[in-house]
Amino acid sequence: MTGVFAVAPALPLHTAGPYVAAAYIVFVALILIYVAIMARKQRRTERELAQLRRDLHLPDQVRPADERAPEGRPQTELPQERIA
Amino acid sequence: MTSYGRGLRGLSVATIATITVALALVFFYAPLDANQGFIQKIFYIHVPLAIVALCGFVVGGLLAIAHLRTGDRKWDLRSYVAIHMALIFGVGGLITGSIWAKASWGHWWVWSDPTLVSFLIVMLLFATYQPLRFSIEDPERQARYASVFAIVAGAFVPLNFIAVRMAQGVVHPRVLTLTGGRLPGSMGLTFAVSLLGIALLYATLWNYEIAAKRARMQLRRLRRAALGDDAAGALGRSAAPS
Repeated sequence: MTGVFAVAPALPLHTAGPYVAAAYIVFVALILIYVAIMARKQRRTERELAQLRRDLHLPDQVRPADERAPEGRPQTELPQERIA
Repeated sequence: MTSYGRGLRGLSVATIATITVALALVFFYAPLDANQGFIQKIFYIHVPLAIVALCGFVVGGLLAIAHLRTGDRKWDLRSYVAIHMALIFGVGGLITGSIWAKASWGHWWVWSDPTLVSFLIVMLLFATYQPLRFSIEDPERQARYASVFAIVAGAFVPLNFIAVRMAQGVVHPRVLTLTGGRLPGSMGLTFAVSLLGIALLYATLWNYEIAAKRARMQLRRLRRAALGDDAAGALGRSAAPS
């Protein structure tokens, strides 16, 4: 990072710097606020989905196949005692 | 099976890459402006935000035409999100422009400049779009009236732009013209990449919001289908398509 600033042109940050920084910070802040609002809505959707699953008596999560069978172990739906 | 947010990952990566390149060009490549110096760097964020916002309003109007022609509510949703995103970008354009005006002209706002005032009028016009939707409870009527508004207001944007271009005595600099503009090559390239970055950001957020809204609408439909209207609960009044 230091190298990047070393090759940068001399920027007159003492005069116009705060204004330019403020303009770009406003841009970043708008995006962050938007993403935060969308994340909140996403969490609400997830809560509603979980509620619907409970109402329909479905299991909480459908686990992906890679979680069900760790690497190197055969994947099976049969109980362990039957395999033995 | 419905696919939500298809292609969103690729679009997001392209947006981040373009904006990163644009910022690098702005601060390490584009020369300092002879008149304004470092403060002119705001140009690369303010103007693309304003252009993309105005284009977003026009796109919202075009999508509303598709809604009225087909009667398909998906076009209303697309039009709503296009205008919603354009309002956010427009607010960004107004604030960054105001900061630039203070640094350059010594005032946060200049009422005598047609460019500033016309952009504010467009923003205020579209600021009434959400309250208009919210005031209509019936979803069908809400979508239809909102589409009519979006078309009329969207048509106002280019007319307004032409009127301002023909106006005399503007304080606002004219650097982008049909005859090639007054930007030197390096500044022009930096501006083009910045504009592309902001346009991609608009497209990404538009897709993101459409995917989120469609998923939510689908969930509500499933809930109503599975549990019935009473168990699912009444939908509250909303400005967004439901």
